[in-house]
Order: sequence, then C-alpha cells, then structure tokens
Amino acid sequence: MQMPPLDPAILARRSEIVAALRAIVPGEGVIDDLEGMRPYECDALSAYRQMPLVVVLPETVSQVSTILRYCQDNKVKVVPRGAGTSLSGGSMPVGDAILLGLAKFNRVLEIDYANRCARVQPGVTNLGITKAVEHEGFYYAPDPSSQIACSIGGNVAENSGGVHCLKYGLTTNNLLGIEMVLMTGEVVRLGGKHLDSEGYDLLGVMTGSEGLLGVVTEVTVRLLRKPTTARAVLLGFPTEAGAADCVAAVIASGIIPGGMEMMDKDAVKCAEAYVGAGYPLDAEGLLIVELDGPPVEVDYLVERVAEIARGRGATTVRVSNDEQERVLFWAGRKAAFPAVGQITPDYMCLDGSVPRGRLVEVLAEMREMSKKHRLRVVNVFHAGDGNLHPLILFDANDADELHRAEEFGADILRLCVRVGGVLTGEHGVGIEKRDLMGVQFTEIDLDQQMRLKCAFDPDHLLNPGKVFPQLRRCAELGRVVVHHNKLPFPNIPRF
Amino acid sequence: MTSTIKPRSPEELRQAVEWALNDGTTLDVRGQGSKIALGKPMECGQVLDLSGLSGIVDYAPEELVVTLRAGTPISDVEALLAQRNQMLAFEPPDLGPLLGREAGQGTLVGAVMGNLAGPRRLSAGAARDHLLGFSGVNGRGEIFKSGGKVMKNVTGYDLSKLLAGSWGTLAVLDQVSVKVLPAPDQTRTLLLMGLDDAAAVTAMCAALGSPHDISGAAHLPGKTALRIEGVAPSVEARLRALRELLADSGARMEELGTLESRVFWREVRDVAPLKAAPDTIVWKISCPPTEGPAIVARIKAQRPAAEAFYDWSGGLIWLALPASTDADHTIVRGAIGAKGGHATLIRASQQVRAAVPVFQPQPAALAALAARVKESFDPKRLFNPGRMG
Repeated sequence: MQMPPLDPAILARRSEIVAALRAIVPGEGVIDDLEGMRPYECDALSAYRQMPLVVVLPETVSQVSTILRYCQDNKVKVVPRGAGTSLSGGSMPVGDAILLGLAKFNRVLEIDYANRCARVQPGVTNLGITKAVEHEGFYYAPDPSSQIACSIGGNVAENSGGVHCLKYGLTTNNLLGIEMVLMTGEVVRLGGKHLDSEGYDLLGVMTGSEGLLGVVTEVTVRLLRKPTTARAVLLGFPTEAGAADCVAAVIASGIIPGGMEMMDKDAVKCAEAYVGAGYPLDAEGLLIVELDGPPVEVDYLVERVAEIARGRGATTVRVSNDEQERVLFWAGRKAAFPAVGQITPDYMCLDGSVPRGRLVEVLAEMREMSKKHRLRVVNVFHAGDGNLHPLILFDANDADELHRAEEFGADILRLCVRVGGVLTGEHGVGIEKRDLMGVQFTEIDLDQQMRLKCAFDPDHLLNPGKVFPQLRRCAELGRVVVHHNKLPFPNIPRF
Repeated sequence: MTSTIKPRSPEELRQAVEWALNDGTTLDVRGQGSKIALGKPMECGQVLDLSGLSGIVDYAPEELVVTLRAGTPISDVEALLAQRNQMLAFEPPDLGPLLGREAGQGTLVGAVMGNLAGPRRLSAGAARDHLLGFSGVNGRGEIFKSGGKVMKNVTGYDLSKLLAGSWGTLAVLDQVSVKVLPAPDQTRTLLLMGLDDAAAVTAMCAALGSPHDISGAAHLPGKTALRIEGVAPSVEARLRALRELLADSGARMEELGTLESRVFWREVRDVAPLKAAPDTIVWKISCPPTEGPAIVARIKAQRPAAEAFYDWSGGLIWLALPASTDADHTIVRGAIGAKGGHATLIRASQQVRAAVPVFQPQPAALAALAARVKESFDPKRLFNPGRMG
C-alpha cells in the first residue's frame, strides 16, 4: 500500500512538535515512546501497520481546537481516530502525522426522552448509547457488528450501517447534529435537536467523510423506541437464485423487514459447525428474515413471508418461537466471520453493494473468479439492501496467495461497479479501496470531491493518503478556465 | 428581457453551462418554476429551463429505486409509484397554493433541491434521506456524478446530501436516483380534541416515545392528530394501545378512517390549515418539539394576530403573521431561543424577501465554510446567485 512520501522536515521537527503538543495537552495525553504508541499502529485492517509521529489524546474541545490550529499553522498532518475499528484503514496512522485520538471524549452529555435524542461525546461506543437509554425502552438504531467497541464519532466518519439499516437507515439517517472542529481550530455546530438545518447540509456531507474534513467533538443522535417484539424466520432454499428471488418478492410485496440476511452453503456450514444454530446444511442459500413491531403485526408478516418463501421453493421454513430461539437464529450469522476464520489462516472481507436484482448473476460470476484465482470465496451478506460481504480465504504467509487474494478482491469490486453497484456499502474507502476509486468515478467526479475537501482543508492535512488515489493541490483544482466570449452559443432551443 | 435556454440532453445542458461561464452570465435554474417565489429574489442573465430533460429512466419496484430526469413532474412520479403501491416516503408538500399558484405543479428534483418533507419526516426522513445519487453539471461546465442506485453506499463523499436543500445553487442536475418505499395498506388517525398547545405537544411526544410507530403528529387549534399506518391488524392494535396510553390527557377522542386520513394529512402536508389571507407572511420554524409552544407563545405575546399550527410533534411550526415590511423577522428569530432551531420565510412579497434574510443567518465560521463549499462547485456563481441569501 503506497502512502504519501514522508516529509523529512516534519520528521526532523518531531521533538519540537511533541513539546508543542505537551504544552496543549498535559501529562499522559501525549504519547511519544514506541511502546506507548504500539497499540495505535493499526486499526481493524491489521494487515497494514505504521507508527504515527506522535499520539495525542485531548480531553476538551478547546484542546482539540488548539491542536488543529497548531497543526494548520505548522503544516503538520493529522489522523483522527475513534476506537480504531475501521475495516478499511480509515484510522491507520501516517508516519509524519500526529494521531489524534478521541477516546477520552467518552461521556453521555444529555438524554432527552421527550425529544427522543441524546447528546454524546464522540468516544462513546455505539452500544454505549443504547446501554444508556435501554432502561427506558429506547435504543440507537444503527448496529454495526463492531458496536460493542466502535465509537459514535467513528460511526459518523464512516456512515456506519448494520443489519437493521434496511428499515431504520444508516448513521446519516439517525443523526440530528454534531459539533466539529475545522483545521483552522474554528468550532462549528451543525444541526441540533431540531430537524433539517438550513444552509448546505454539511452534517450530511460530514457523515461518511472518513475523517478528511473535520474532527467531530459532539454528536446528537436520534433515539427510537424499541419495537415491542421481534421474530426471525429461517428460510432454506435449494438454489441461491431461489433465495435471491424470495428477497425481491418480499420487498415487492410491500414488506420491509427489520433485517434480511443471506448466507451461501459454505458460510452456513462454517457457522453451523462453529455455533450450532440449527441451520439446514442442505440449503444452497439461507435467509434470515427478522420482522419487528407489535406482536399482531409481526405474527401477520411472519406468515406472509413464510408463504412467499414456500411459493419460491423454500425447503426449510422455521419461525422463532421465543427470544432465545431468535437469538440462536442470529448467532450463526453474527459469528459467520470468526466461523470462517476457523477454516482458513486468513480471510479478506469485501463490502461492495449491488442492485438486488443482480445478486444471482454476481454470485455466479464470483464462483468463476474463484476458479480463476484458485481461492475459495464464502458469501455472507445484507441481502435486503444488496450489500455483499464476500470473504476470500487465503494464507497471508504465502506471498502468491496474498497477491491473488488482492487481485480477486479487486475483480469482485469491479464486478460490483459493472452491474450498477458501488465499491463500498458500509466499510468505507480508507486506504483499502482507495486505488479502485477510478473504477467507479471519473477524474472529474474525483476532482469535484477533492474541491469539496479543499473547502474544509486546503492544505490536505487531515487524514492524508486516504480515500483519494491521487491528491491534487487545491490551488490547481481551484483554477477556472474561461474562454471569454470565445464560444459560440450552442445549438440549444432558446426563446 | 431575460431569455430562456432549454437543453434537450445532458450534453446540451453541459454546453449551456459552459456557454454561460464563458459569457459571464448567470442562470436562473428551474424545473417548472413552481417555487420561484421561495428564497431570495434573483436577477439572472438567463433562465435555464430543465423541462426538456424529463422522463423516468428506470423504475424497479423490487429495488425500491426510481431513476428519472431532472425535469420530470412530481405528479408523474407519484402516479407511477402509486401503480405499484409505492410512494415517496418523505411526503413532499405541494406548496403551490400557499405560494399563490395552482396545485399539482413542480418537479421531484425541485422538491429535493428544497429538501422538502411532509408529516412523515418524523419517521421516514426528508428528501435528503432519499436521494441516492445524481448526475449533473457543475459551475465549471463539467458533467459529474455522485452516489449511485443502491441503498447502501459510502464510496466517496455523500454529495447527494449537499445537493438536497441547495436550492439549485451548487450544480444543475440532469438525473437522480431516489429511494421509494411501499405505501401503507391502511392509514388511520387518532384525534384528540380540545388540548391546548402545551398539552398537545406533551401528548404527541408521549405517542412518539411509545412503540406504536406514529408516522404523523400534528396539532391544529383544538385538534391534535396522530397518524398510524400499516397492515390492518397492526393498525387496529396500535390505535387501541394509543388510546390507552393517552387516556390520561383527558381529551375527547375521535378517529379518521383511511380516506379521511389521506385528505387530512395531505392538507397538513400542504399547509392548508393555515387559513391565511394571500398577503399574510408565512414562516416555517424548525425547533426541538418540546420548545414549539413556548416559541409560539413568545411570538404571540408581541404579535397577537399570529396564527400557527404544529407538525412533526411540535418540531415544525407553520406561522402566519399580518403583512409587514420586515416580516417581523427579529421577533420570529428572537423567539427561537437558545435551545436551537431555525426559521425560514416561506411567503412574503418580493420586496420583503429582498430586504429580510429568508434563511436563518449562520454564525461567521459556518457562513464562511458554506461560501467555500459553494465556490468548490460553482466558482463563478453561475447558478441561482443569491437565492440562499
């Protein structure tokens, strides 16, 4: 993975930069020894590691502001980090950049049940929000599988999803406001407890901006009341096509399930061996459909889903009869990644999204690629919203296998784009998919995105080396070519 | 006399923008012009008419996505979706009658550009939450795209959010993909009669904090309405539970069936309950729901003739004030207070809109950032210059 060349002038000034940071954040808040920095050398994309210049862990907004202003004035790069659970290298350190950790921002500031929102600091974990409100029957809806560890600030940066976003939306649909610090040190608030702030929707564009635009210091999230009941239906099909058809038919019939997940035969086998969820081992495609709401609605919809599935040739139809059974149905799905980890030294998890109607074709083509690259692929995915998570099995100690796995992964993502999908549905671009951005976007598309970056961070100091395959200088991007009055009026109807 | 350019293809759209850039002129970008009376008045060199770029490109009900050209009338889109029992879940209002025009006009992209949303904003989000992707032309005369046609997509910045609510000031769109949702089988409404504003907001917030999936919560003078949608057995059960939950409010309860409910919520959506004479000023205030009654009370203390009703559980106030030269903007914005919110001047004469900030003024750092964002898309300020103030 090619990262931008290190700036020797910054490296030479390291002790001066460390001293400046110590003047802003006292005591243990600045970590500059190798052992102390070790835990920060990678995120959840652990194949890539890099020591930062220095780690700083501020505790107040004013410290964050002073740090960023110092970095702006001294042209020092900054990598923001929440809990470090990014699967795309979004918080991987950069050798000549300070690592700005927000872990000490870990307080729930306010819970407002009447207005159904909570104001929290960015280091609070995703699950921590739900834990703080569940005794009153509320929860925070987006539920990425790392929710026990991932921070809400990181969720904002990545626009995190989860199993339930088909019905309840992604992070971006569940935020009301943020406070953020710009590279200049200016503190701005976007939104609040009200809906739809005026002016450009900067809250919307900050969400999923992968730490390239600003540093989030406070988040106001929407709280939802927990549904009264939830039941899961396990549906086994003799073909993957049957399972995919069933997904389309359920949605076309007007039902939006709380979650709708699919696993292929190999994934089912691994999961079953790992947790014993009672999955049918003869199924080529397995669906887990969860319906939530009032009991009478759930019972009614469960029946309709079962009926649709039978009509599509389901050989297994099992409905959870109590909470314990529902959790068991999910246990296999939730443990699918570690389960696959049992049968392979390493695996690579991809994250493309495709239109649901192309699922079957994409799965078939993936199998062909699997033969070509001589590597196995196991599929677990959010079928309801077409978000795939193919797992490529390989051995990282075998350089050729690693190389083939990377090639295979890139081929799968190209395939996703070719059928009308995208490179990443919820994990982010980071460094992992950075060099494939040109598959989905033209140079003009990317230039427009970089110009937006320039509006926030004209010196490209925030999270450098991420998302964009090649950075262009803002001055160059900002030039406008005008041929004054030299173009004839085009042949367009005019009146 | 301003002339009009009407491109027929994306390439003609690009040429029109490129020509304007080189000619040093500005463009008044419109679909049907149905919301031209909203926002700051503009003086542009040319009208860029998008009605020649019209039609559905692709609609796959099982994908929950419709892709269409920017000039497509919203009524066409709604009719198409209705055939397959689907809808635009953000319930875009038809502000035509409020703005002194016929009902049923406007384009879907126009509604997106205003980030409009009706009563279902509470549960389903605004236009911003449903725009999946677009292609268009930036102020450099370049065709670009962002987003896609899939539900889950975090590839690159989410420019769709930025375009929704930009009132046509960042780029001219050619094509959009919008998320659609199944229309509910049944729609029923529980009416609580005779509550005052504060009691009504308390009841609405309690209902929204319950597990009964409320998809509309409005308070009109003397009448508080809660909408429940879904499959028949569920609607029945939730209505019953809601009656029990709100029994303590002491209000007399009534119910509206599916057809009556549709009419009622359409009126709320289109601001019809504000029976204001054509020359009255109309404001839209967004605030934390529990703050709504206090804000209205502060305004009424200074302008007793003010009329108001609430949507979004109290978080949206539609306010009518007698005509004035400054639209009482300092009173209205002053009433919002420290708990946050914003006020938009929705209806006023051209002179008043020219004199008064139509959109909520922003703090300096934010305003400067917004100006840089504008420049990153439209450096020569070709598109709808000054529309957002």
